[in-house]
Amino acid sequence: MSEFTRPKNAEELGNNFKQIKPLMNATMAYYESSRCLFCYDAPCVQACPTAIDIPLFIRQINTGNVKGAAKTIYDSNYFANTCGKVCPTEVLCEGACVYNHQDVKPIEIGRLQSYASTYVLTKDEPLYQPGQGNGKKVAIIGAGPAGISAACDLRLSGYDVDVYEAKSHPSGLVIYGVAPYKITNQEALDEVEYLQKQFNFNIFYNSPISGEAEFKKLEANYQAIFIGIGLGNTSALRIGGEDLLHCAGATEFIERIKIDPFNTHIGDKVVVIGGGNTAMDAASEAARMGAPEVYLAYRRAKDQKGAYEFEYDLAKAVGVKGLFNVSPVQILGKDKVTGIRFIRTKQEGNKLIPIEGSEFDFLCDMVIKATGQSKLKDFLNQIGGIDLNLNGTIKVNDQFQTTNPKYFASGDAVNGGKEVVNAVAEAKIAAKGIHEFLSAQA
Amino acid sequence: MPNLASNLAGIKSPNPFWLASAPPTNSGYQVMKAFDAGWGGAVWKTLGVPIINTSSRYGSVNYKSNRMIGLNNIELITDRPLKDNLREIEEVKKYFPNHAVIASLMVETREEWHQIIKDCENAGADGLELNFGCPHGMCERGMGSAVGQEPSVLETITGWVKEVATVPVIVKLTPNITDITEPALAAVKGGADAISLINTIQSIVGVDLDNFVPFPNVDGKSTNGGYCGPAVKPIALNMVKNCALEPGMTIPISGIGGIETWRDAVEHIVLGATNVQVCTAVMHYGFGIVREMITGLEDYMVSKGFETMDQLIGRALNQVKTWENLNLKYKVVADINTEKCIECQLCYTACEDGAHQAIGLPENGKRIPYIIEENCVGCNLCSLVCPVEECITMVRKDDASKHETWKDYLNNDKAPTSFNDDRAGGVGHWIPDPKSALKKK
Repeated sequence: MSEFTRPKNAEELGNNFKQIKPLMNATMAYYESSRCLFCYDAPCVQACPTAIDIPLFIRQINTGNVKGAAKTIYDSNYFANTCGKVCPTEVLCEGACVYNHQDVKPIEIGRLQSYASTYVLTKDEPLYQPGQGNGKKVAIIGAGPAGISAACDLRLSGYDVDVYEAKSHPSGLVIYGVAPYKITNQEALDEVEYLQKQFNFNIFYNSPISGEAEFKKLEANYQAIFIGIGLGNTSALRIGGEDLLHCAGATEFIERIKIDPFNTHIGDKVVVIGGGNTAMDAASEAARMGAPEVYLAYRRAKDQKGAYEFEYDLAKAVGVKGLFNVSPVQILGKDKVTGIRFIRTKQEGNKLIPIEGSEFDFLCDMVIKATGQSKLKDFLNQIGGIDLNLNGTIKVNDQFQTTNPKYFASGDAVNGGKEVVNAVAEAKIAAKGIHEFLSAQA
Repeated sequence: MPNLASNLAGIKSPNPFWLASAPPTNSGYQVMKAFDAGWGGAVWKTLGVPIINTSSRYGSVNYKSNRMIGLNNIELITDRPLKDNLREIEEVKKYFPNHAVIASLMVETREEWHQIIKDCENAGADGLELNFGCPHGMCERGMGSAVGQEPSVLETITGWVKEVATVPVIVKLTPNITDITEPALAAVKGGADAISLINTIQSIVGVDLDNFVPFPNVDGKSTNGGYCGPAVKPIALNMVKNCALEPGMTIPISGIGGIETWRDAVEHIVLGATNVQVCTAVMHYGFGIVREMITGLEDYMVSKGFETMDQLIGRALNQVKTWENLNLKYKVVADINTEKCIECQLCYTACEDGAHQAIGLPENGKRIPYIIEENCVGCNLCSLVCPVEECITMVRKDDASKHETWKDYLNNDKAPTSFNDDRAGGVGHWIPDPKSALKKK
């Protein structure tokens, strides 16, 4: 039997999706912060894409200056609370902690960060006020981590900022894509609300920008435009049976769970196709939603999967089983999924070779494709002069300015799909770029 | 098995671990429980005319996650009538005839001293300890440290006590004095059979920064207290050593101050203490810590081949010299074990900012620091800040053939004598250009 039963109410859902990095209490934070060695030129800072002064904020927590600690974090990263919870700290700051060299548990930097940020969030303690208005306006497309971070920095520099968001909530994938055991939707929303209150930018929800006319209007009304649109839906596998009932994309499946968990279809035997972090999340979440059997199917060997080891461990811990060196050939079923036909593969040098005659049918009643999100080429093609890279990401210079100088871009749409912290880091550079670009024009 | 039996000026106890006169020895219940747990002796909470205490009495110094590395208190002597204490002393001695019960005393007049000594001896006390150390409250009334700070008064009162005492008399000294040997010698002159030290150090442990009241807070006001706990051990060890090395010290020493483990106790003993007294560690962890102290001491003695306590007492004293007698030709430099290094670079920044700029960082982005031997003065700082045991060690570089002390330097006209003397020790040491500091992180 599966470890989890299908959650019927919010309480059961909460139990199935217990936070893996729960909030520390004051004593835990004090003890944990006491352990920090205050390294010189600390490796944790070097490992953080937003270069948060981690030893400083930990020391501030230890001396009871928790608000000061939060300020240290927010100065480098506006998604302080979110990143403390959703960052893959195991491979970033905590992975770089020198205690690892001593086989001592690294400092729980992520949880300490959330401890400090939660302090200001729950007390509603403001840390910033917008800069003196400079009369210039910037439009931001997408209220995800990139867009909101850019909005905050631009407000500090005195710009009027309007954020246009296609969906009904801010935070992008933090709300719609991050596994619920990493952060709750409420926590994600609270952080954006906290920022919006201080920086006082506008967010227009349910306001997708589409059509050349709308872009022309934006260009007429704003001196610069920031694109933080992320990625699109799950890419097609281009095999038969993808349109069968109960064959879903991972991004869409996870979004459904986060928005409408009690009406999300969960199969009895679920196969998740893919070997990345999203595949691990989708498999883990299917199991926590009560699927009795969940399999990960990856076309390469186990050690070649893209997912972080700790993400794989999380999936394994809830009973997910792995199938490796299997490539889907056909999704089986008449109107709904009844199985997948796989072919076994082997690695020869850099090439993955299907083994002829090794096809086999694997019965299941749900397939989740976690094989990457598509790039929003059609959307971007509506804007004149924006070049894309071969892989469909937006081409930018080192200030994250696109080939159309009025447009800057950051986040998944540029980096092809990375962490929240990368989006924040890039957006801060882009905001600086916009400021320099517009200052030079005046 | 080594024999832990202890004898301080004729006061015998099954081991050298006594409870100091303090809250843990306030009652017969506590002392019985302590003896039952393994303590060898107890100095009763100071007897005298009972006092009235404040509510809110202790303040603590915490260091990071470690609580109570230092404690201060403003509690006074016993607040219980003498007859109750005497009855309980008698009862304890009935159950534990071979354990040491010492009555700590603090009264004012000669008559009071004579009376209370007779009462305590009648109750069965094995010895008397004169509390000339308490640095808060009682000293304002001319007792406690007020006596310990006036060697002649100390000597006089000790004399009064010796007029009637038939059991050994220990004089407990206050550390709140410039030279501890002065009151120690006064105790000898007064006829004391032993001294004990240190009593607590006058202190303010901290201030509440919200209301500006120092700790402990007594209805919005505070007062200086007496400081004790692990943080005071270095001060106690030095004073014990000073007394032990004093030529006129003909009586034994009971060591007190910052003792929590067998190691602390042995340190006191090898610096000249005959036995030790413990308070704060018991207030923190209870009487049970004595089990660790006893087994630790036994194991240590076995491993070193000691059989009796006498063999340990003062064992380190011959290795303590005045500064002028240290060998200036001895030269150590730091050595970093790159296998053990965890790359925190605390040694680098400590040496760079706090010492002699004798540690470098590799240019290639690697993080393991290296020692610049010609700049290293052998100060030990890097090895002290290093969080890894035995990662940075100090390696001897001289060939041990030369031994020249400051005293020798003076005698041989090798010591610098004027402000710009080129015989200064730092001449020839590399010092970076001051302006180069500005480019650094």
